[in-house]
Amino acid sequence: MTSQSQFYHQTRIPSTYARWWGHFYDNKFSLMALIVFIFICLVAVFADFLAPYDPTHTFIDAIHKPPSWYDLGDTRFLLGTDYIGRDIFSRLVFGARLSLSLAGAVVLLSASSGIFLGVLSSFANPWLDALMMRVMDFILALPSLLLAVVIVAVIGRGLPNAIYAVAIVLVPHFVLITRSAIKHEIPKEYVTAMRLDGASKTRLFYHSILPNILPPIIIQLTLAFSTAILEIASLGFLGLGAQAPHPEWGTILSESHNDIMFASWTVTLPGLAIFFTLLSINLIGDGLRDAMDLEQK
Amino acid sequence: MLYLVFRQLIHLVLSFFVLTIFTFSLAQLFPQGISFIIEAESNNIFSGETSQNLVNQTSNFFVSYYQYISQVLSGYFGLSTVRGTSVFDEFFIYFPATLELSFAALFFATGLGLPLGIFAAKHKHKWQDKVIVSTSLAGSSIPIFWWAMLLVLLFSLFLGITPVASRIGFEYDILPITGFMLIDTLISNQDYATEAFISALHHLILPAIVLGTIPLTAITRTTRSAMIGVLSEDYIRSAKTRGISAVVVVWKYALRNAMIPIMTTLSLQISVLIAGSLLTETIFSWPGAGKWLLEAVNRRDFPVIHGGILAIASFVILSHILLDFLSMLVDPKWRHR
Repeated sequence: MTSQSQFYHQTRIPSTYARWWGHFYDNKFSLMALIVFIFICLVAVFADFLAPYDPTHTFIDAIHKPPSWYDLGDTRFLLGTDYIGRDIFSRLVFGARLSLSLAGAVVLLSASSGIFLGVLSSFANPWLDALMMRVMDFILALPSLLLAVVIVAVIGRGLPNAIYAVAIVLVPHFVLITRSAIKHEIPKEYVTAMRLDGASKTRLFYHSILPNILPPIIIQLTLAFSTAILEIASLGFLGLGAQAPHPEWGTILSESHNDIMFASWTVTLPGLAIFFTLLSINLIGDGLRDAMDLEQK
Repeated sequence: MLYLVFRQLIHLVLSFFVLTIFTFSLAQLFPQGISFIIEAESNNIFSGETSQNLVNQTSNFFVSYYQYISQVLSGYFGLSTVRGTSVFDEFFIYFPATLELSFAALFFATGLGLPLGIFAAKHKHKWQDKVIVSTSLAGSSIPIFWWAMLLVLLFSLFLGITPVASRIGFEYDILPITGFMLIDTLISNQDYATEAFISALHHLILPAIVLGTIPLTAITRTTRSAMIGVLSEDYIRSAKTRGISAVVVVWKYALRNAMIPIMTTLSLQISVLIAGSLLTETIFSWPGAGKWLLEAVNRRDFPVIHGGILAIASFVILSHILLDFLSMLVDPKWRHR
């Protein structure tokens, strides 16, 4: 291989994705965040093996046990127990599974409908486009959590409805980003060339425009994922999302809110779980943005 | 100038139209439909009369929308099913508390965010800048309900220097005139007015810091990037070579030109503050509009939910348009249009 490339003076140009990865790899913070995030995902996937107990099982003899490194702690419960004796470590591990999968569902729902609407509005006639933009601007102007709360209030509380509410809140971002990226690409020469070749609108979109609008959409996906986790936790905290026995992080926090004076570990630990998850996703998003920006230059 | 005012007015009317269409369709989904809202005042459930409401007689969409909008414009948002009071009046009892908290939070966020952003921009890529940037990134990932509990744990329970809940100490009896506790305590003629003012301020600090944290990170980052852009301009270099002091160059020459993106960020923070006030008011038992709305959700008090979102969304839209207009006045590009 080496002799051949020296012989022809070839330089191998890596693919776009490989170059993105190269830039991403250079950013140590983002790389660390990616490792943390993969770790959290693994915890979520293997929750059944990692968690020592059932997350809803109550130990009647161990109420409000502090974490095991305290004097009063119990080695049976690594991170202590809550006000009815449930193992916090197991609840957090299963909470990771619940939060990540809920956020995944939200992002899937909002991204698919948002990108579809964005493509539709950028190829549709100007009137429909203008109308959709007005509606999207309106939804964006409303405070996101307020809108989610009102939607939940109308369609009823509980997990599925919370997912719909948060997904609706996130849709406009995808619509606007897709639309503006497409509008940015359409006047470019390669699109015109494709069109002169007689490509249909679908072919034009899939083969020439879509690969070029991927960067902003990927960044929006990471942003939406962290927003979704935060909003679901907020709804859970307000008692409108996941309901009490579910080990959802926000719900855990709202349940232990009143114990803050004498059992602070029931408040700090679930919050740390949310914080580190959000931080790792935001850092990954930042790293991706920098990597793709570098590629553009 | 006139063109700008006209444009903003059209924008306002259009947005309000979309908003009322939204709340109108939302009200159709309530258990009793829109009739919760469209009712002559004498027909409400508290007066005991059970006369038919207007909507059931006219099922036409446009007719009922017309009735709806005329009632909303005349300031009638329905009556609370729990208390039987006018939702419109209740909103003006609770909303000043939210507004006071949001103003305090915004004051904290800009008061700290602007200098921090400028400081980071002046020390671009040095360690001071890196510390500020990474702290603001970490700060923007904090769930504020957890942040609130941490601060309560530290300042109220551990150090014992701030109160845990409510707007003012229970020993003070202040007559609500403006609804803003800080103003009310100042203009009240009680002997303990000054102590009450200090107590109100004392109660305000922790919630304001909690609510202001997310805006603080946003303002810091926007200020930093805007200032980095402006500070590398030629006119800054020429101002420096003319011997103008660094303080004047930064605060007068550079900041004024960096103000436009900062204003945009500020107007985006209104929604963030309102959304955050739902959580902050719940944790600190702050008697504001967010807590009022959440209680209505828990009690399934649909007229309050409807009126609350209508009023709060109108406020957000109105302030967006006002700030838009302000930033156009600041921006010389728009001045001569």
